[in-house]
Amino acid sequence: MKFDLKKDSVRAVNQALHDLAQPADVSVDHISGDHNLAVGLNRPHKVTLNGHAGYYCAGMNQQAEVTVHGNVGQGVAENMMSGKVHVFGNASQSAGATAHGGLLVIEGDAAARCGISMKGVDIVVKGSVGHMSAFMGQAGALVVCGDAGDALGDSLYEAHIYVKGSVASLGADCVEKSMRAEHLEELTRLLEAAGSDEDPADFKRYGSARELYNFKVDNVGAY
Amino acid sequence: MTMKNPGMIESATFNRDVIHEIQRAADTGIYDIRGFGAKRHVPHFDDLLFLGASMSRYPLEGYREKCGTDVTLGTRFAKNPIKLDTVVTIAGMSFGALSANAKEALGRGANIAGTSTTTGDGGMTPEERKTSKTLVYQYLPSRYGMNPDDLRKADAIEVVLGQGAKPGGGGMLLGQKITDRVAQMRTLPKGIDQRSACRHPDWTGPDDLAIKIEELREITDWQVPIYIKVGATRTYYDVKLAVKAGADVIVVDGMQGGTAATQDVFIEHVGIPTMAAIPQAVKALQEMDMHRKVQLIVSGGIRSGADVAKCMALGADAVAIGTAALVALGCNHPKWDADYQKIGSAAGFYDDYHEGKCPAGISTQDEGLAARLDPEDGGRRLANYLNVLTLEAQTLARACGKSHLHNLEPEDLVALNVEAAAMAGVPLAGTSWIPGRESASS
Repeated sequence: MKFDLKKDSVRAVNQALHDLAQPADVSVDHISGDHNLAVGLNRPHKVTLNGHAGYYCAGMNQQAEVTVHGNVGQGVAENMMSGKVHVFGNASQSAGATAHGGLLVIEGDAAARCGISMKGVDIVVKGSVGHMSAFMGQAGALVVCGDAGDALGDSLYEAHIYVKGSVASLGADCVEKSMRAEHLEELTRLLEAAGSDEDPADFKRYGSARELYNFKVDNVGAY
Repeated sequence: MTMKNPGMIESATFNRDVIHEIQRAADTGIYDIRGFGAKRHVPHFDDLLFLGASMSRYPLEGYREKCGTDVTLGTRFAKNPIKLDTVVTIAGMSFGALSANAKEALGRGANIAGTSTTTGDGGMTPEERKTSKTLVYQYLPSRYGMNPDDLRKADAIEVVLGQGAKPGGGGMLLGQKITDRVAQMRTLPKGIDQRSACRHPDWTGPDDLAIKIEELREITDWQVPIYIKVGATRTYYDVKLAVKAGADVIVVDGMQGGTAATQDVFIEHVGIPTMAAIPQAVKALQEMDMHRKVQLIVSGGIRSGADVAKCMALGADAVAIGTAALVALGCNHPKWDADYQKIGSAAGFYDDYHEGKCPAGISTQDEGLAARLDPEDGGRRLANYLNVLTLEAQTLARACGKSHLHNLEPEDLVALNVEAAAMAGVPLAGTSWIPGRESASS
């Protein structure tokens, strides 16, 4: 099934994707910053988006595999539950925000707050991420093959963070941790799933110090 | 200023409550956190009166002549607007802050009365979906428990920007209430102090919000209404921006609105009274030719049918109740007074919802305490209360000669004092003077 946004509307594309009773291969051409493309999918469709997508591309995805040949705007794969979103370009801020599951791969860079409030998604960014990435990350893993901006992992809960390059600064309660065997195993699996040939041994792991989990007067300066 | 004995004069500035708070702060080094809403006196609906019919107005006969109470919400864009039998709805309250039995009771009561109930932070429980005929699903900054399956099960979606008890602040659920089930729903470790963000993670500002709302509509195929909820502060501007962002319904929550856990300083010192917010919201809607097209729900300190009728007269389409609904279920009931005393409070004063020790089994996750609330009995109590609110509002509307609650208008109201007259935009009783407007001969 093919769509062309020169003549088809985003509404028509999404409705068709929602109505498809069986898994299908779907491509959408001539995307030019259109918002809310391929949102709310709930079948194992394979969707190819050709062009630069706007906000919330593949938002709340379930089961589908969405590939974007271009850059994406704010909130790509936000609140994804399962499936895979692969961006062959850069991502604007809040990539993978609050997502509960699935895999988000960004071949380029991701801007600020990548993985904010992530709740179980795995995110692999082959470039660098902006400031406040994995802010309040609850679960899942963020892999950064490039560098990380300021306040990485601020107010982190239980999400895992792996960074190959430099970290401008760590956020409140985020600390470097030792890379144990289970972490190398997780990182290896994620890099393979993302099609990356990076060496897991080159990465450092960051996680929550768990000092802010319960309010303590002595920590007031960190709040 | 209280004189306990001649010569013993209590300071109005440093009264016993103030002295207690200073000493509590000195003891603990932390601000006071509590539930409930603002407890200070602010201009409220009690400061307004209805002008019943007389020579110049023709009243309707009570119990005989029709006075409609129904409301349809979400007529702007949604394919399936919500139709309710009464203008009184149940505000968003979370499972986590409340027990599962309390949430079920709210759903049951709302069903009997023909109205809607609303989820809260932490997502939708199967129990509340099953027991709520019309359920509004809150879309909050934390996105705890947020998933598209529940989104598609909802009868409406409420994008929460803030609430009256804490505009500009996030939520908190202290560790005592993070049980295994609550932790699992929110993807958090058990027993931690859970923070909810104060702003959404993937949009900033009204232009982004318009795109976010379009995303929610696309995911739900434009079937259900989308509400925007704001705490009452800069209400005139917020309502205009909410309309611009594409809301079907706008919920304005005044500073008397309740919370499960917030800093006392926040509850008492941020936001504006509900009565002051309504005219601002209505003015904004009227200027955009959206009054009655984008529906306005008002909440924050609504207790009686008189409050409901006054909201309608000021231009609201519906109201939402939270604290009053919990009180109807049994919160602060005198029958639990001995238990309230054991935890340092008393019936009528209990506000430590965050501690999870609620003797009435409402704001708790303790299984033993929660079992004290029978959801069926609680639902019946709530339905009774909702029916009373509706009947009282009808009584007042009929007395003003109105065949529907929505036909009440500001002209039916006067104010008892200058503050209320200025905030509500109605004349001071016995005059035609509305402070801030060009004076007419009185």
